[in-house]
Amino acid sequence: MSLSRNQVKHVAKLANLPLTPQEEEKYSEQLSKILDYIDQLNSVDTSGVEPTFNVSGQENMMSEDKLGDCTISQEDTLSNTPKEERGFFVTKGVFEG
Amino acid sequence: MNITQLTLTETIEALKRKEFPEEDLNKAYLERIKDLNPKLNAYLEIVESKKGIPAAIKDVISTRGIKTTASSKILENYIPPYNGTVINKLLEQGASIIGKTNHDEFAMGSSNENSAYGVVKNPWNISKVPGGSSGGSAAAVAADLCVFALGSDTGGSIRQPASLCGVVGFKPTYGTVSRYGLIAMASSLDQIGPMTKSVEDAALVMEWISGPDGYDANMSSEKFKVKNEKLQSGIRGLKIGVPSEYFEEGLDPKVKQVIQDAIKKLEELGAEIVEVSLPHSQYAVAVYYILMSSEVSSNLARFDGIRYGKGRDQFGAEAKRRIMLGTYSLSSGYWDDYYAQAAKVRTLVKQDFEKAYQKVDVIIGPVSPTVAWDFGAKLDDPLAMYLSDIYTIPANLTGIPGISLPCGFVDDLPVGLHILGKFGDDMTVLQTAYAYEQATDWRKEKPKL
Repeated sequence: MSLSRNQVKHVAKLANLPLTPQEEEKYSEQLSKILDYIDQLNSVDTSGVEPTFNVSGQENMMSEDKLGDCTISQEDTLSNTPKEERGFFVTKGVFEG
Repeated sequence: MNITQLTLTETIEALKRKEFPEEDLNKAYLERIKDLNPKLNAYLEIVESKKGIPAAIKDVISTRGIKTTASSKILENYIPPYNGTVINKLLEQGASIIGKTNHDEFAMGSSNENSAYGVVKNPWNISKVPGGSSGGSAAAVAADLCVFALGSDTGGSIRQPASLCGVVGFKPTYGTVSRYGLIAMASSLDQIGPMTKSVEDAALVMEWISGPDGYDANMSSEKFKVKNEKLQSGIRGLKIGVPSEYFEEGLDPKVKQVIQDAIKKLEELGAEIVEVSLPHSQYAVAVYYILMSSEVSSNLARFDGIRYGKGRDQFGAEAKRRIMLGTYSLSSGYWDDYYAQAAKVRTLVKQDFEKAYQKVDVIIGPVSPTVAWDFGAKLDDPLAMYLSDIYTIPANLTGIPGISLPCGFVDDLPVGLHILGKFGDDMTVLQTAYAYEQATDWRKEKPKL
């Protein structure tokens, strides 16, 4: 399985990952090699085998709808943001206008 | 008495007997850190603590008011506003944080060469890697720069560096220790666990840090309890499985010999050695790299530079590689071929172990196919690096507990013995490890620094 430079560009876009042309080249080569190795999984007969996504056996863990002691103040919440305004995070615009 | 050579249990006893005050204990460790850390680079951040039992914390676990970088440039200035659950639990027990340890960026790597803040050196030979990703925690324990440490294990990141640095490293059953406050890598695989100077210490730290907190939905409802009489009850009649697949090509013949000697020792101690087969283990690395990287691509999406941290261009090469691989395997048209197929093969790996555990109580083998290698040796070949986790990955895919403990040396470098248990039966793993440790003197060996 080889991953072309264009596919690498497409995947990087999906991942919102800025890559330099050198990185695109490098990842095209390295990921192709890794995918070649991973292709051995397709030789395994998995007909009738259920997938495993979680090994804890837990599902739909519920908690009461109340404040817990992990609540963090607004001030603390904003303490690491590079840009804040009037107590809010500043994000990029979502709508063009 | 050399304070910094004491184990955790010995330190607690000495404090109880008032042999020295906590202040002297902290001073002794801080002096040693100042002396040796410039050489080893095990700590990224040092805390001038005066009280408590000094613990080293992998820098991927959130500590309130103490910089937590995940060894990444992207979190260079990040100061968490809260403690991870394990930190609160340790503080409640009288431990103190003496520093945050270096590791591969976002816990991704097997050699520590992926840290944005320089490599950790192996205390046994500073031209060798300490293993990864919890290399700083392993080196700090090996060099007596802390009483004990915490690491995290997603594909072997506690056990492999413990093996390469000659300390005890324990990955508990998935769901035993809360990950609240752990910077997530691959959530269906991540576990926090102790790295210690003895098996007894690992059991004690497990008792401290385990138990549900309501913030990790995958927790089991039971807290891990040390039963001392069980820990010390020996292994007479215990059935120990040896998987033939773990002793095939790829395992260094000298490491193989050390492991076989350890097996003989366990047999002398009264255990019954039974051959078992784990035929799907050969696919574990491939399964892991699809599932782990898929979860990585999702977990690392949160780093957008808005609420905390810097921009996504600041990720290191390995983080980018895994985000790319994961995004690709989850992308439209490839999901069935990669992610879904890997999740099915994961089931087969799990069934292999379930079948083996019908016959045996624990399974043993090597932790790492080789002892610590030279810096740079596998850096340009990601696949060769990934294959160094071949024996540790299955425990994460299946959720079972596993320990690495010192069992000998090859070319003056430590070798770790790997003991894997049944899901939820962490106690028997520790019991087996304790019996071996008590019958041998390996843990008394110290690196010459």
